[in-house]
Amino acid sequence: MRFAKRTARGAGGSLFSGKGSKAPPMNPVVRTVLQRLGLGLITLFIVTIIIFSAIAMLPGDFAKAMLGQSATPETVAAFQREIGIDRPPVERYFAWVGQIMQGDFGSSFASRTGYRRTVAEIIAPRLYNTMFLAVMTALIAVPLALGLGILAALYRNSWFDRVVNTVTLTTISFPEFFVAYMLAYLIISRDTFIGTEFAQSLPEWLAASINWVLNLVPKFPTLANISDQTPFWEHVWRAALPSITLTLVIVAHMMRMTRAAIINMLASPYIDMARLKGMSPMAIVLRHALPNAWAPIVTVIAFNLAYLIVGVVVVEVVFVYPGIGQLMVDAVKSRDVPVVQACALIFAATYILLNLTADIISIATNPRLLHPR
Amino acid sequence: MKNRNSGQREKGTKLLSIRNLHVEGFSDERWHPIVRGVDLSLKRGEVLGLIGESGAGKSTIGLAAMGYAKPGCRITQGSIQFDGIDLLAMTETARRRLRGSRIAYVAQSAAASFNPAHRLLDQTVETVVAHGIASREAANRDAIELYRRLHLPDPDTIGFRYPHQVSGGQLQRAMTAMAMACRPDLIIFDEPTTALDVTTQVEVLASIRKIVQEFNTAAIYVTHDLAVVAQMADRIMVLRHGRTVEEAETRHMLAAPAEDYTRTLWAVRKLAKPEVPAEDYLLTIDNITAAYGGTVKVLQDVSIKVPRGRTIAVVGESGSGKSTLARVVTGLLPPMSGSISFAGHRLPSTLKERSKDVLRRIQMIYQMPDNALNPRQTVEEVIARPLEFYLGLKGAARDRRVNELLHMIEMDESFLDRLPGELSGGQKQRICIARAIAANPDLIICDEVTSALDQIVQEEILKLLMRLQQEFGVSYIFITHDIATVRAIADEIVVMHRGKVVEQGLKTEVLTPPHAPYTELLLSSVPEMDPDWLTNLLERRKRKRVGAAN
Amino acid sequence: MTSTEHVVAVPRQRRTRASRVKTALKKAPFSAWFGIVVILGYVFVALLAPWIAPYGETQVFTEAFAPWSQEFIVGTDQLGRDVLTRLIYGARNTIGIAFATTLLSFAVGVTLGLLAAMYRGWLDQILSRAVDVLMSIPSLIFALMLLSIFGSSVTSLILIIALLDSTRVFRLARAVGLNVAVMEYVEAAQLRGEGPRWILTKEILPNVLPPLIAEFGLRFCFVFLTIAALSFLGVGIQPPTADWGSMVRENATLITYGDITPLLPAGAIALLTVSVNFVVDWFLHATSGLRDEK
Repeated sequence: MRFAKRTARGAGGSLFSGKGSKAPPMNPVVRTVLQRLGLGLITLFIVTIIIFSAIAMLPGDFAKAMLGQSATPETVAAFQREIGIDRPPVERYFAWVGQIMQGDFGSSFASRTGYRRTVAEIIAPRLYNTMFLAVMTALIAVPLALGLGILAALYRNSWFDRVVNTVTLTTISFPEFFVAYMLAYLIISRDTFIGTEFAQSLPEWLAASINWVLNLVPKFPTLANISDQTPFWEHVWRAALPSITLTLVIVAHMMRMTRAAIINMLASPYIDMARLKGMSPMAIVLRHALPNAWAPIVTVIAFNLAYLIVGVVVVEVVFVYPGIGQLMVDAVKSRDVPVVQACALIFAATYILLNLTADIISIATNPRLLHPR
Repeated sequence: MKNRNSGQREKGTKLLSIRNLHVEGFSDERWHPIVRGVDLSLKRGEVLGLIGESGAGKSTIGLAAMGYAKPGCRITQGSIQFDGIDLLAMTETARRRLRGSRIAYVAQSAAASFNPAHRLLDQTVETVVAHGIASREAANRDAIELYRRLHLPDPDTIGFRYPHQVSGGQLQRAMTAMAMACRPDLIIFDEPTTALDVTTQVEVLASIRKIVQEFNTAAIYVTHDLAVVAQMADRIMVLRHGRTVEEAETRHMLAAPAEDYTRTLWAVRKLAKPEVPAEDYLLTIDNITAAYGGTVKVLQDVSIKVPRGRTIAVVGESGSGKSTLARVVTGLLPPMSGSISFAGHRLPSTLKERSKDVLRRIQMIYQMPDNALNPRQTVEEVIARPLEFYLGLKGAARDRRVNELLHMIEMDESFLDRLPGELSGGQKQRICIARAIAANPDLIICDEVTSALDQIVQEEILKLLMRLQQEFGVSYIFITHDIATVRAIADEIVVMHRGKVVEQGLKTEVLTPPHAPYTELLLSSVPEMDPDWLTNLLERRKRKRVGAAN
Repeated sequence: MTSTEHVVAVPRQRRTRASRVKTALKKAPFSAWFGIVVILGYVFVALLAPWIAPYGETQVFTEAFAPWSQEFIVGTDQLGRDVLTRLIYGARNTIGIAFATTLLSFAVGVTLGLLAAMYRGWLDQILSRAVDVLMSIPSLIFALMLLSIFGSSVTSLILIIALLDSTRVFRLARAVGLNVAVMEYVEAAQLRGEGPRWILTKEILPNVLPPLIAEFGLRFCFVFLTIAALSFLGVGIQPPTADWGSMVRENATLITYGDITPLLPAGAIALLTVSVNFVVDWFLHATSGLRDEK
C-alpha cells in the first residue's frame, strides 16, 4: 500500500496544474481564469459526448418499440438509417456537434408521418418562455434571499433568525409540487371557501373574515396560458404563480447558504480586529466583510440559479406552463430522444456556464490572485 | 497630532483601573467563569505584563480593558475605569469611539488579523481617518514615519503592499504601526511574538519596545513567556485559572517570586541534564538530500550520527528542514539521495520495504497529542495495539502489560476506558509516550513533543522521557526550536538552517562559544530571564555591526 | 503480582454507546422528538401496509373521484381506487425505493470517496474528474435523459438515481476522509505498519461516521424528493404501483374544485422530509457539540 505524500499539489490540482510553472509569467488572475475556461470547455465537450451516447446506447429493439409492433422491416431499417445507427459513432458525433454549432438539433422522432419537425423549431419558443420564467424568478429571489440571509446572519440567534431558520428548514423539505398546489389551492379557495362544509361549521364572522383575507390574495391564473402573442405584462401576470412557487423554494435554500457564508466570514480574525479598531458595524460589513464576501455569495447565487433550472421542470408541469421543462418531460414519455438530447444539452450548458461565471467572479475578486507576490 | 492630550500625558498619573472583574464564557450549554475577580491598575506610560498558562484568562482581561468581550463571552461583574471614564457604563457607540483611537489592540496572528482585501497603508490609517483625527494625506505621511521608526524595510513603499505580500515579522510590526497610528493612551499586545521564530522575535520585540517608550504609551503585554515579558514590562501580574497569583515590579518578581506557582513557571529552565558522550552509534544518516515533489530541496547533504541510548537534539527554526528529517528517518519521505544505516544495516528508504521488526524499533511521538491520538479509540485500545501488533500479546498478558505501561507513565487503570477527549494535554502526551514505549523501540523520534504544552507540564514530560531513557536505554532524536528544552534533555546537538546542518557536537561544545555564525544568532536570540537581556543584546549587536563596518 | 489482580477487580465504569445516546436523546429539542416519532410512524405504516390498509392496493371500485365518506375515508381516485389504501401502500413503495436507492448510493459513494481520500494520486484524480463531469449536468435532467433511454422500471430508477446521487456522497466522503487521512494518528498507524484495511475501518471510518450519518438523512430526503418528482412527472414509478408522487399528479384536477385530496400525498412527502431534516439538524448539532467539548 502506498499513501500519497503531503505535497502542495496532490489534492487540489487541476488538469492544468503542471503547465502553470513553465509558462512565461502571466497575471495569475488571467492564468487562473483561462485554466477555468479551459476546464469548462473540456467539461462541456465530455457532456456532449455523454448526451450523444444517448442515441448509441438505445436498446436494439428501440425502433420496434417506437414504431409499434406492426412496423415492417423496411420502415425499421429506414428509421435506423434516419437515426444513423449504420454509420460509425465518431463520424456521427462530429456531424452531430457540427450541426448543433449551426443551431440544427436534428428532427424530432414525432415527425414521422410526412412532414418534418425540427427540434430547433419545437424548442425555440419554449426556451424563450422558460428563460422568461427563470429571469423573472431570479430578479425576485436573489435580492430577497441575499437581504434576508444577511439580516439573519447579522442578527443571529435572535427570534427573527430562529423563525426564519425553522421556516426555511421546513420549506426546503417540501417538494416543489406541494408548494405549487398549496398556492393554487389558496387561490382557488377565494371562490370556493365560503361554500365548503368546513366554512359552514365555523361561526359566521370567522368564516367571513377568513374569506375576506383570502380575497386579499390576487387572483393569479392557476394555469399559465401563454402563446407567442401574449403581451409582455400579461405574460408576467400569467407566470406569477410558477414564479412565486420557484421563489419560495429557491429563497429558502439561498438564504440559508447566504447566512452560513456571512457568519463564516464574520468569524474571521480580521473582522474581530476591525471591531477592536472601533469601526462601526456598517463600516465592518461594507469595508471589511464585503470585499471578501463576493466569492461565497456568488457561489451561493450560482448554485441556486442552477437549482432553479431544475425546479423549472416540475413547476412548468404543475401550471402547464409551455416551457422547455415540460417539453422535455413529454419527450421523455414519448421517448423522443433528439428532443431530450437538445433539452439536456441546453440545461447542462446553462448549468456549466453559471458555475463557470461564479468561479471566474470568485477568482477575479480574490486579493491573493489580484495582487501576486 | 502627537501632542494631543499633552496636558495629561505625563508619566505616572492613573490611566486604567479594573476592579473585581468577572468574565464568563458560554460552552457546553452553560456559562463557565473565565476571569474570577481580578483587580488591575495601570499608570500612563507604564507597561504591565500579564502572564499565565493557557486558560488563565490573560487574553480575556486584555480585551476587557477595551470594554470588549469576545463573541460567546460576557462581562458579568466589576468596573473598568479608563482615564476616569466607566467603560462598562457607556454606550457601545461611545466605547467604539475609544477603541482604535485611545485604546488599541495588537493581535497574535497578524497574518489572519489583516484584511486580505486592503493595502497595509489603508488599514494602518483607517482608524485615524474614521475617527476624524487627521486627513488621509497627513495620516499616510505619519504611517510611513511609523514604519520607519519600527524598522520596516522600504518604509515608503511597503504600505502599498497587501498583507499576503509581506513576511510574518513585518506584518506584526505593521500591526503595531496600525495600533500606534492614533497615538493611543493604551495598547493591548496579545502574544504578539508567539507565532514568530526566535530570531524574528528579537527584532519585533525591540521595535515594539522602542516605539512604546518613544511615545510614552501605556501597554498591557499578554504572553505565556516569562523571559519575553521580563524584557517588555515594568510590572508583571501572574494569573492562574482567572485569578491573580501575584503582582510585582519586574525586577523584584524575577529576583524574589513570592508564590510557589510563580517559581514553577520557569522551573523547566533550571532543568539541565549533564551530557554523556556517545559510546556507539545506533543510526547514521549519510548525505541525505530530500524534496517534496518539486525541485526545492528541503534537506541538502545532511549527515547526522545518532548515539545509542542518548538524546540528540535537532534545533532549528521553521523551514530549517528538521521535521522533514524526521519524515525521512521514519520512511514517510524517501530521500532523493543518500542513505541511512540503522544498527549496522542499511535502512530501506520507504515504509513498504521495512520489515515489521524495523518499524517496531523506530517509534515516533508528535507535537500535537490531540492529532496523534484517534479520538474514537480508548486509552486501552491505543496502548494495546502495538502490543498485539508487534509482540502478539493477547488476553491477560496484554492487559497486564497495558497496566504496567500506564503505571510507567504515572497514570493508572482508571484511565483505560477514557477517550482522548476526556484527557488533559499532558495526559494525552503521556499516552502517546506509552504507545511508543509499548513497542520496545531502540529509537524514538520526538517532534516538538513539548511545544504545545504549558511550562509545568513540559517539565513533567521531559522528566518522564529522561527516566524512560535510563530504564530502557532508548535513543531519542529530539526535534525542537526551544533552546531551554535542549539544555534540559540533550546529550548532543545538531543545529539546522535552511535544510543544512550548521553545527553538530556534544551539548557543551555547541552551546559554548565560539559558535558558527548562525548558531550564534540563534542562541543569542533566545530571551533570557534577565530584564536587561534585550538592551544588552541590541547594544552588543550594534557594536559588532559598527566594528564590522570599520 | 497482586497489582494485576487488583486491576481486574476494579469495576470498569464503561460509558456505553447506548447510555451516551440516551443522555443525548434526553437533551433533544421538541423538533427532534417530533421528527423521530413521525419517522417511526412512517416505518410502522410502511412495514405493516397489507394489514393496516382497508382495501387492496389495486382494488377498483365503481365510483371514480368519490368524495370523502365513511366507506372511503378520503375518497377514491381517478380510477375508483381507495385513496387511503393507496396512501398506505405508497408509503411502502416510495420510502422503500428511496431507501434502497440511498443505500446503494452510499455503498458506492462512501467506498470510492474514502479510497480516493486514502490513496489520493491517480485514483483520486480520475474519480474526482469523473464526478465533476457527472455533476455538471443537473441530476434531474440527467435522470430524465437516462430514463428516456432505459425506460422507467423500478430497477433502472434505483440504479440511475443511485449513480447520480453517489457523486455527491463521493464528494462528501472524500472531503471528510481527506480531513481525517492527514491526521497524525493515521500517519502513526502507517508508521506502525498497519494495512489499508485496519486504517480504513479502525482509524478513518469511526471518525467520518457522524457527518456521513447526517448526510445519509439529507441524501435520503433528496433521493426521496427526486423520485417523487419523477413519479409526479409520470416517468418514475409506474402504475398500477401506488406511490405518492404519481398520486398527486393523478388527482391534481381535484384542486380546481377546492378538494384537498391531492395535497394529502404531497403533504405525506413533505412531512417525512421535514421530520428527517429536523432529526438531522439536531444530530449535527449534538455531534458537533461533542467535538467542541474536546
